[in-house]
Amino acid sequence: MLESLEKLSLDLEEFKRLHSEVHKDTDTKRLAIVASKGSLDMIYPALILATTAASMGWQVGIFFTFYGLDALHVKRYKKLKVAPLGNPAMPAPFHGIPVQVPTIIAAIPGMTTVATILMKSWMKRSRLPTVEGFLKMSNQMGVKLIACSTTMGVMKIKQEDLLPEAEVQGAAAFLHFASKATVSLFI
Amino acid sequence: MSSQIQEIKDDKVLDTRGKLCPMPVIEASLVMKDLISGHVLKVLATDPGSKADFPAWAEASGHRLLKQEAKDTIFTYWIQKG
Repeated sequence: MLESLEKLSLDLEEFKRLHSEVHKDTDTKRLAIVASKGSLDMIYPALILATTAASMGWQVGIFFTFYGLDALHVKRYKKLKVAPLGNPAMPAPFHGIPVQVPTIIAAIPGMTTVATILMKSWMKRSRLPTVEGFLKMSNQMGVKLIACSTTMGVMKIKQEDLLPEAEVQGAAAFLHFASKATVSLFI
Repeated sequence: MSSQIQEIKDDKVLDTRGKLCPMPVIEASLVMKDLISGHVLKVLATDPGSKADFPAWAEASGHRLLKQEAKDTIFTYWIQKG
């Protein structure tokens, strides 16, 4: 009788230990983002959400794929653009007055540069970091910056073309990471 | 009746006025790292989103939002490190 009681209490201790372990694992939230587009207006939301989640103690990974990989490309990440063509909301308010740009004007060469300069100036005015600043911050906060290996193959991008913080992974590795995510986003 | 409410003593002040989401929360999390558990961080902000963000951030990060206050366009938060 005494023996079985002792065994029961040992089992209970073991159960408590396992329970707290499992609980600890599920307590840490995880954010998995697929960043599939390489324009400023697509990369900013990914980086803002990633750094915010990291500031809340979440595990975060961003999978940069297709044109999104430009955000990790050493020669391109500082030169991301936003195109007004095919983007009816762009460029938004000019000195607080909403300006609608007709498609014919948006199609004029150089308008992408104009829109990009405008958007960067709004970011600066709003005291938001640049893409470069956000990437640095993401890395410092432990956000995994994952480069899609398929994109690298398709677009002939080598590991040395990418920022040193980038980890190269395939879809299986990212999906494995994302399968334990509490929040998954495709941007 | 005394109008004096007990003042919360802060150990560090962070001014994020003029900055937008996510900077107030991110800067707070960076400053919080250097504080000891129990210390109080006072944050000044003008981002209206911070009213919802700081309670959420504090809860997610295991800190305690002791008090929040809105005066004119300035929001003030007292957060105790967990």
